Amino acid sequence: MTGALAVALPADAVHIAVNPVTEPFWEAARNGRLVAPRCSDCGTYRLPPTPFCPTCTSKRVTWEELSGSATVFSFAVVHGYPGIEDILLVPAVLDVEGAPGARLVSPLVDVDPAAVHIGMPVQVAFVPIADGWQLPVFRPADPPAGASR
Amino acid sequence: MTTGDVAIVGIGATDYYPRGESYPRTISELAGEAILAACEEAGIPVTAIDGFAYYSGASAGYGETLDTATFMETLGIPEVTFSAALTSGGGGSAGSIGLARAALVAGDATYVVTLMALQQKRQRLGSVFAALAPDPISSFLQPSGLYGPGQLMSVLTRRHMHDYGTRREAFAEVAISSRANAANRPKAIKREALTLDDYFAARMISEPLCLNDFCLETDGAVAVITTTAERARDLRQPAVPVVAAAHGGHRDWGRAFAWMGMPAETFASSGHAAIAARLYGRAGISADDIDVALLYDHFSPMVVMQLEDYGFCGKGEGGPFVESGAIRYEGGSIPVNTHGGQLSEAYIVGMTHILEGVEQMRGTAVNQVAGAELALVTGGPASLPVSGLILGAAA
Repeated sequence: MTGALAVALPADAVHIAVNPVTEPFWEAARNGRLVAPRCSDCGTYRLPPTPFCPTCTSKRVTWEELSGSATVFSFAVVHGYPGIEDILLVPAVLDVEGAPGARLVSPLVDVDPAAVHIGMPVQVAFVPIADGWQLPVFRPADPPAGASR
Repeated sequence: MTTGDVAIVGIGATDYYPRGESYPRTISELAGEAILAACEEAGIPVTAIDGFAYYSGASAGYGETLDTATFMETLGIPEVTFSAALTSGGGGSAGSIGLARAALVAGDATYVVTLMALQQKRQRLGSVFAALAPDPISSFLQPSGLYGPGQLMSVLTRRHMHDYGTRREAFAEVAISSRANAANRPKAIKREALTLDDYFAARMISEPLCLNDFCLETDGAVAVITTTAERARDLRQPAVPVVAAAHGGHRDWGRAFAWMGMPAETFASSGHAAIAARLYGRAGISADDIDVALLYDHFSPMVVMQLEDYGFCGKGEGGPFVESGAIRYEGGSIPVNTHGGQLSEAYIVGMTHILEGVEQMRGTAVNQVAGAELALVTGGPASLPVSGLILGAAA
């Protein structure tokens, strides 16, 4: 079944707020890089970024650059958004490669919602949002050469 | 440790209204009417109230507040010795009776009112996240398109279906059985029968959830008065003992669907497992002893997941359990939401479940479970705290 493809929200409908703890994530996204905070003392990843490591309470963080590959842990198919009646959105909870234990909640785009499934490999892209920021979104990953689905 | 040291002695409610239709009544008027009705029922003057035990941070939905001083000013309550709220949102509804108990057992108050008033004129709760100004944490959630509670919980539901094979027919049965229970209730907003065909014909809002999986959008106010077991003996109504009350939860659930970091088994749950263990432990009972379950039903799949977390069936077995007819008032093994719940009667952020629990334990419910001796009432599932309450039969 092929239908309408999922899209991202219009740039002017997406506003974010940042603080000193979260800003490095968004600064990296603005430059087309996906990063996650990793505890500099015990190595635990966490998202969203928070002041303390929940494993060892350290505040020291290393921002690790990730591959941008992720796997769909779960997702919704959302019909309409306040003020944008006809939009088709596929918000997804993603396990992010290279950052075990940390999840992102991000839109899947350019995909038929009927083709989305738990376990699906996806790859990051970045789209503009309000105030000059960029948002990580994800598209179906190209299957590796020679792989069969 | 079994309690029973405090009891619910009065309940009161306004009419229930479709979203926004309580306007031009005000939040304070709706709240005051519910408080006065609860006092009248208990047989105490409103001036006897000296404690307020709220939940949801004493908010009245979003954008409105429940304010003790305002109630004192308009109702003439002379002095208050306890005024506090559980944090977060609707997850604390049942547990707010435990907050009232804390005040009573500590000797900090003698008659404590727990209250919710809701008027969705300015803001629908259902799309609240799209309306709020972004903050640094919600900025990791809201841009995904998950703009309301139902959208968030659809993601948990999807995972439950994937992990355990749960079918939409189970969610339909929650909605259909709730509607059947509302059919004979004069105040219920939705009373017309709901069929399986109706359910599957409804529009999808956030797949896998359709319109009939979402609770009603309503206005109204409900108040409950709790006092010590000793004082309760002398009042107008047969006292309904608080057998156990608990709020809180485990870090694995945490901010829950506002976080999405839960380990896999907890992800596809209601987050209530820790509460269930504490409630049953305190009461010295198990799920088998519960006669009627009033489970917070903002979204139908969360009823299925609570049935698992509270041990009415095994983990992952909630779908087939519900589909077997187990939660029906007529013929079920554990009647659920005999008042029609938030799916069909009215949504007052969990308070109607407490009312129904009290009526079942008095033996006066519209859909009375014959011989019921223990009622379970829950709040949430939501960001912690979630909560639960076990009520005992009135003496």
